[in-house]
Amino acid sequence: MSQSGRAVLRVSGLHKSFAAAGGTTVALNGVDLEIEAGSFVSIIGPSGCGKSTLLQIMAGLATPTSGEVYYEQSRVQDPPPDVVYVFQQYTRSLFPWKTVERNVAFGLENKGTMSRAEIASRTRELIGLVKLTGFERHYPWQLSGGMQQRVAIARALACRPAVLLMDEPFSAVDALTRAGLQELLRALWRELNLTVIFVTHDVDEGVYLSNRVVALSRAPATIAIDVLIELPEPRDQIATRALPAYLKHRAHLLAQLFADEGLKSVEVA
Amino acid sequence: MTDIVRTEQPPAAVMPPAKRPARFGWLWNTRLLGVLFIGALLILWEIAAAYAIFPPMSFPRISSILSIWWQLVVSGELLGELLSSLWRMFAGYFIGVALGVGLGLLMGYVRFFYNLLEPITEVLRPIPSPAYLPIMILFLGIDDEMKIFMIAFATVFPVLLNTYSGVRSVDPIQLQTARTFGVSGRKLLTQIVLPASSPYIFTGMRVSLAVALIVMVISEMVAASNGIGYFILSAQRGFKIRDMFAGVLTLAMLGYILNRLFLLIENRVLAWHYGYTQQRS
Ligand SMILES: Nc1ncnc2c1ncn2[C@@H]1O[C@H](COP(=O)(O)OP(=O)(O)OP(=O)(O)O)[C@@H](O)[C@H]1O
Ligand SMILES: [Mg+2]
Repeated sequence: MSQSGRAVLRVSGLHKSFAAAGGTTVALNGVDLEIEAGSFVSIIGPSGCGKSTLLQIMAGLATPTSGEVYYEQSRVQDPPPDVVYVFQQYTRSLFPWKTVERNVAFGLENKGTMSRAEIASRTRELIGLVKLTGFERHYPWQLSGGMQQRVAIARALACRPAVLLMDEPFSAVDALTRAGLQELLRALWRELNLTVIFVTHDVDEGVYLSNRVVALSRAPATIAIDVLIELPEPRDQIATRALPAYLKHRAHLLAQLFADEGLKSVEVA
Repeated sequence: MTDIVRTEQPPAAVMPPAKRPARFGWLWNTRLLGVLFIGALLILWEIAAAYAIFPPMSFPRISSILSIWWQLVVSGELLGELLSSLWRMFAGYFIGVALGVGLGLLMGYVRFFYNLLEPITEVLRPIPSPAYLPIMILFLGIDDEMKIFMIAFATVFPVLLNTYSGVRSVDPIQLQTARTFGVSGRKLLTQIVLPASSPYIFTGMRVSLAVALIVMVISEMVAASNGIGYFILSAQRGFKIRDMFAGVLTLAMLGYILNRLFLLIENRVLAWHYGYTQQRS
């Protein structure tokens, strides 16, 4: 995929295999990817294909068996500052001994560049953005699944990362909350000039949110499809999803997923 | 979140409420029953002593024990002994807890320290504390240092082992979350590992508190010129049997109060933990 902008994250020749009791699993089998600064890229693929693995390697949380990752000009070995990862397992990623407020402030407090008052006001702002005002003093386990997910998202956004890596962040919420979170994420992406890499197994979500979708094949994963999504802005949950261009992308990507799963392939015009 | 308190209700599934439609039915379902049971036993004691079922010399009436106890409290004698005991106990306990938490964190967090210290822990841990008391006397004499050392030494292990298990059980996702926010090294230890393993650390500390009490009494019985352990043994040797019983009674109360205080603190500090685990089960 040729793109004009500056690459903020670059992955080349990525291989990852896991040694397990039953033998070695090859999760990634040669993945090359360049993420343009300011883009919103979704990664889709069948369950177990290696999406989380790829994202974790890009975040510096896991090391590849071979190949390398560059963030800006430097090789990624540890999590780079300004790159924040939002875990698929959000319940386990929130700190149960901290209140919502303290969880959201976690990244800010550890940056050590902001005053106490600045941290407090940023925290309040983010809690407001994810509509959790009034729950500041609650503990994560006193909230519903969707609310917890919003805490995790607020925590990640609070430190204004340059790159946000999100692993199926909206998988556990109802359709309405999900639409709300999608709008929130797109608004923040535009406002804060973020680069978002968004893993999902939901083709519709990927196409609707992104300006580029990368589909991985079944494990051992390689890139099967890499497509730019050019849809009019601002996007609209109802109108955008009815556009022919949207439907075309959707059908194309679904056909790839279905073929991977051995289901009957959908005919694409 | 201070309104979460762990209540001491027996699990409902294990103990079905006793069916007793009688007027005092409610009594069967409360802890008051157990308190009354203690009262009944004490009355039995009083009667047995009054009828001299056992030699009265070594089995005085509970009422006379209580009155001696009260005299010892009022005269301040008991308090003096208790204070010297408590000072030793807590000095040793806190040294032991600090060492146990520190070493447990190191062993759980740094492979090198685990490899270095695990074997020696396993060798020293099974030795019952009275067994090394003579050695301690040889090296440290019979003063407070010896007793504090004994208590510290015995309290280290439960705290150490629990801290270690706590560190090993920290959710890797929590650690990775911290890393993605730029927290690593020593900060990771204090910000994530320590709070995440605090429920385990508290378990170790509670076990150690009981151990500290035991070792305190033993060391005072073997070598001391004051303290509650010394008081009990010397009362027995001087045939002041009622004083002896009063000392034991004091220890029972001390142990009860210490445990209560500990639970109070634990319930406050770990309120999040009880809420969290209740939510998940
Ligand atoms: N720690 C591990 N040890 C062994 N195998 C692993 C490990 N982590 C992942 N794998 C394997 O790597 C493959 C990819 O896993 P990964 O979690 O990246 O999938 P995924 O695409 O995120 O799936 P899902 O959509 O279900 O979250 C799987 O086959 C999995 O079994
Ligand atoms: Mg995954």
